[in-house]
Amino acid sequence: MTLRDYAIRYGFIVLLFGLIAYFAIAADGFVSPQSAVFIFQSVAITGVLALGVTATLVVGGFDLSIGSVATSAMMAAAYVMVVLEQNVVVAVVVCLLIGAIVGLINGWLIVYMRVPDLLATLGMMFLLVGLQRIPTEGRSIATGMTMPDGSVANGKFADAFLALGRHRFDFFIPNLIPVSVVVLIVLAVLIWFFLEYTRFGRMMYAVGSNERAAELAGAPVKAYKIWAYVISGVFASIGGILLAARLGRGDIASGNNLLLDAVAAALIGYAVLGAAKPNAFGTAVGALFVGILLQGLTMMNAPYYTQDFVKGVVLVVALVFTFALSGRGRR
Amino acid sequence: MGNDAVFRVDGLRKSFGHIEVLGGVSLELHAGEITVLMGANGAGKSTLVKIISGVYDHAGGTMSLAGHDFAPNTPAEAIRAGVVTVHQNINDGVVADLDVATNLTLDRLSGKGASLLFKPGRVRREARAVADRMGLAIDLRARVSDLSLADRQMVAIARAMAHQPKVLILDEPTSSLSSAEADRLFSLLDRLREQGVAILYISHRMSDIRRLADRIVSMRDGVISGVFDTKPLDYEGAVNAMLGRKIHLDRIEARNSAKPILTIEGLRIAPSARPISLTLGDGEVVAVTGLVGVGKTALAETLFGLRKPLAGTMALNGKPYAPASTGEAIAAGVFLVAKDRGENGIVGGFNIQENISLPFHKRMSRFAVLKRGLERATARRQIEDLGIVCRSEKDEMTTLSGGNQQKVMVARWMAQDARLFILDEPFQGVDISARRDIAAKLRASANGRATLLFVTELDEALETADRILVMSEQTIVGEHRNADVDLDRLLAEVAGGQLHSAA
Repeated sequence: MTLRDYAIRYGFIVLLFGLIAYFAIAADGFVSPQSAVFIFQSVAITGVLALGVTATLVVGGFDLSIGSVATSAMMAAAYVMVVLEQNVVVAVVVCLLIGAIVGLINGWLIVYMRVPDLLATLGMMFLLVGLQRIPTEGRSIATGMTMPDGSVANGKFADAFLALGRHRFDFFIPNLIPVSVVVLIVLAVLIWFFLEYTRFGRMMYAVGSNERAAELAGAPVKAYKIWAYVISGVFASIGGILLAARLGRGDIASGNNLLLDAVAAALIGYAVLGAAKPNAFGTAVGALFVGILLQGLTMMNAPYYTQDFVKGVVLVVALVFTFALSGRGRR
Repeated sequence: MGNDAVFRVDGLRKSFGHIEVLGGVSLELHAGEITVLMGANGAGKSTLVKIISGVYDHAGGTMSLAGHDFAPNTPAEAIRAGVVTVHQNINDGVVADLDVATNLTLDRLSGKGASLLFKPGRVRREARAVADRMGLAIDLRARVSDLSLADRQMVAIARAMAHQPKVLILDEPTSSLSSAEADRLFSLLDRLREQGVAILYISHRMSDIRRLADRIVSMRDGVISGVFDTKPLDYEGAVNAMLGRKIHLDRIEARNSAKPILTIEGLRIAPSARPISLTLGDGEVVAVTGLVGVGKTALAETLFGLRKPLAGTMALNGKPYAPASTGEAIAAGVFLVAKDRGENGIVGGFNIQENISLPFHKRMSRFAVLKRGLERATARRQIEDLGIVCRSEKDEMTTLSGGNQQKVMVARWMAQDARLFILDEPFQGVDISARRDIAAKLRASANGRATLLFVTELDEALETADRILVMSEQTIVGEHRNADVDLDRLLAEVAGGQLHSAA
């Protein structure tokens, strides 16, 4: 291997460790279990979304609706528990259904209506941003809120549901690992195994690389594409559940950054280990990378508005790694 | 002829990494002459062309054009100097979404002295001038994406000729044209030859070469292995120089088969077409030949479950066979090596091993988890079996030559036993030695299945098949046992005559 090959392969990992080393020296208290857990927690929701969007990237598509699916799921969870006064199981099932249905509609638009993926999911994003505000006429949902018809919503978030956002498992240190981090790790391992080791994952990569060849090899290409969007929708709704559980209310103003952060993580993932293709491990590392960067900057008192800029820079650099240096890109 | 060379290449060298692709190539092109460059895939033809056209730089040697040094750093420089190349991929030479007139004058839209405004009237006037000079009879207002491949090719060449070059290089221009379309190209080249252009023509097709060549230059392993310029040209010598071994048309030992595998009754693949009935037997290799566009691919796709027949029935091993999808066809043991491997076969993101296992994931996995060891063992066995030249089963497809890529496509479908094995244009863009390897493998492994080939080139059918069927107008019009074939009758059937002799 030449130096260039090494740079492509390990460049991003080296950059990641370099970043950790820099913050360890520059920011007090950066290296501690609590700090590590905080980073994991901060990337848990975007990481889950990013893993979902990875599935659509694998089949050569893209899903811009994930952010709004997550916030829709969050609003739905709050509405089901606070206004309809239902229990935690109903809330979770409703959220997952929303994700699956949106995924199916996205897939149907793209596969059968032949709408280009970016446009279909962009349209779906706008649709959902509006739709999630209709039941409450644009208000956030919290216990005791006044409904449009004048009545007061008396339901409240179930304790079991809030535990999804607030409970912490013991891990050497008591109360260390939040549930959301466990969810992230479990989903990351699941989707990684699915994409790398099962025949379905392999065929999804084939569909993404040469759809016609996959069809001629006997694959039901349309079904694979639709399933990819369903995976993406369901993962996004899981992200929404975690968000609702963390906030404890249906906040219409939250979740604005989810799309940017998740897409950045998935695209940074292209550059990890020189994969030059969407992959679950890379996405997880990408999410971690963004998390470490933001946590470090925050601890060094960098102003909030620099953070989006830094994220953008990292994304662009990662894309250069992938497409220019490795010279492969998508064909 | 016999005058001094317009374009001269001397001792050209080029390496990629430590692999030497060109080891000192010298070549001369004369005005008003068509020089044919022959070479197996991987001989270095494309590299040579890319150096001449300014895409690659070269490590050693010199080039000169009309007595002056010629060393283009970019394709644009080469074109300005008067060396124009039409590459193999037709769509690289034209912009599909623009009309013909704009395409013909595309190069005047930019560069020094180009007008800031796009003036449709002037563009059309200039385009008309170019078209007239070339004898191009195409509606200038038509969008290129609506044109046939042949017409696009003409536009690409006309666009190249708008620069009035001294040297024109054509890289396998007929590889996707039908013979009628190719004829139009040839008359265009005749005209250019009369105008005194020096033409370098790269092709595998003997019929093209016989039609056009004034000189033949053979290339092998990065060096010129033979120059033939005394009339009559020694075509066999040129082929020998290219392959480095004596080739002769192997006589096929035509076999007969008693046990039918596939029976087709009254199959109609197009509204006005006459129905097709045929039987394919165990161990038999049958070639279907005919011009481009007569329904060969449609028939292949019908057998493979990609289209539904308009009428008729099929039976496989005596059982009714009506696949609704490619998946069903594969499950029934009907495999298809589709034509145009780049478009329909190769998964670019996958290496050799992953490309080979593609259709048989289900049979290679347990609880949906792929058995990687089995996948690797299968790939290794297939690489060995078909003699695919590669470093390992993990190589990327792009590192393989065209012939080896095609072998991977065939290996993919030979990894499991087929009942009916269909190959659509399996020898397209494949050098002669790889073609022989594939054909020999098909014949050697033919027992236990029926093999059906769709080929446009008659030679390919004669070299591989026990039986030759002729297609014309979406139906089968002739049948020949491949032993003392009546070539006159066969050619007449291909050309669409003598429909009364139909099978």
